[in-house]
Amino acid sequence: MRDTPRPQRLRVGIDTRIIWLVSLIPLITLCGRGMMGELTANPIEYISKFTGWWTLFSLLLTLGVTPARYFFSMPILFPLRRTFGLITFVYATIHFLTWLVLDQFFDWTEIALDLSERPFIYIGFVAFLGLCILALTSTNRAKVVLGSVRWRRMHKSVYLIAILGVTHFYILVKSDVWEPLTFGAVLFLLLGYRLFLRLLNNRR
Amino acid sequence: MKNAFRSDISPSEITSRTLFESRRRWMQGSLASLATMAIAPASAKSRDGKDFPVAFESEKSEFSTAEKLTTYSDVTRYNNFYEFGTGKEDPVEQAHRLKTDGWTINIIGEVHRPQRFDIDQLLRLAPLEERIYRLRCVEAWSMVIPWIGFPLSKLLDLVQPTGNARYVEFISLYDPEQMPGQRSAVLDWPYKEGLRLDEAMNPLTLLTLGLYGEILPNQNGAPVRLVVPWKYGFKSAKSIVTIKLTEKQPATAWNVSNPSEYGFYSNVNPQVSHPRWSQRKERRIGEFLKRDTEMFNGYSEWVADLYRDLDLSKHF
Repeated sequence: MRDTPRPQRLRVGIDTRIIWLVSLIPLITLCGRGMMGELTANPIEYISKFTGWWTLFSLLLTLGVTPARYFFSMPILFPLRRTFGLITFVYATIHFLTWLVLDQFFDWTEIALDLSERPFIYIGFVAFLGLCILALTSTNRAKVVLGSVRWRRMHKSVYLIAILGVTHFYILVKSDVWEPLTFGAVLFLLLGYRLFLRLLNNRR
Repeated sequence: MKNAFRSDISPSEITSRTLFESRRRWMQGSLASLATMAIAPASAKSRDGKDFPVAFESEKSEFSTAEKLTTYSDVTRYNNFYEFGTGKEDPVEQAHRLKTDGWTINIIGEVHRPQRFDIDQLLRLAPLEERIYRLRCVEAWSMVIPWIGFPLSKLLDLVQPTGNARYVEFISLYDPEQMPGQRSAVLDWPYKEGLRLDEAMNPLTLLTLGLYGEILPNQNGAPVRLVVPWKYGFKSAKSIVTIKLTEKQPATAWNVSNPSEYGFYSNVNPQVSHPRWSQRKERRIGEFLKRDTEMFNGYSEWVADLYRDLDLSKHF
């Protein structure tokens, strides 16, 4: 029997595996810099800042999916929301572990004091717990179990998490607030867009 | 031992440090493979500064610590010097813009003999000595640095403070052309710092012109800076152009920027917490595990008396 060419599968979606591969680039860059000894004299601080930056960046990308999807009328963008969300969770986890393992090295007394005394730490911690819950309930199965309405309501908390995340960054920096303010401005636009749509819908 | 530093004589410090750094690199290499944190190959590079131009006392001072030195590379590449940018490596990249030729430092205010000194005069004003001090940054990292300088008190004795003088204000260079970080309003420029007169007269307070047997690299506050080892690093003003003796407590840069977090005194104090950094512990640059921070950065023996009537939790 001769091999018949397989009918090509029609791709209507974006292959999220490509997105996952791309999302590894910052991480690979970080490892590369580590091996080249380019993480400054204080590598732990560098890793912490780096992974925190990329967490916020992917979080804003996640929130950008829905506006972009309507703006460009591209429904195929839709699944990217979950992909970017999970990438955010991965970077947030590395960021959290940097604090727990590299920075504090399981010094539980210091960790407890850090959580109770330092607003930016507990704000970041709450945001991370929120991301954990959203990541755990990100599967299709979870959506079925929870029911669509409840699931959506629950995942709306990503807006609050984003506000906490940017606040965490803002109060951490000493005086050069340019970067956190930029993140804040983008977040403001992304949330403002949704608020605007909502007001528009209510008026109709 | 007096050590005349000329280009044809190789100073003993160089050898010992090179040896030390190679050992440190080896140790950190093994840690690096564990935690993907390698140590800069740059630290293998030899020093790039200029040898200190005059003789200085290199025999260990009673104020010097015997702790392991932080590498020359880390000391000169990891700096907080916002005049050149807020990134830790901005100073080493940008500080070449600073012109130190013809630099003078002006001593004014409540003094009987106000005077302007150039760097050559400063180099000959008092016997210079090497002091190995701990440096504790408010950001909870620390270093051990071999500075070269002389006690500020020698300079103050020369200009004779009046009876009204109670504080000393230090003003750093303001020139956005040379210091691009000053184009951004992250702090109220020029950078200003201050000490109480008795703090300024303390023998630990060092007017500093060099480090690691070299003249001060620009990114470390060339050509003349202050080193106050029992206070957080930002109290040690860099690239000073004016020293003013005053009756009233001067405004200081970080205190103006955020008074609830940075006090005028800013003594290293593990008991006074900071909203962003635990001050109980610190990470010594080059080490993995944190160590306990000592009261007055371990200099209590010489400075605790200065504050016996002061509530340090209020006057932080």
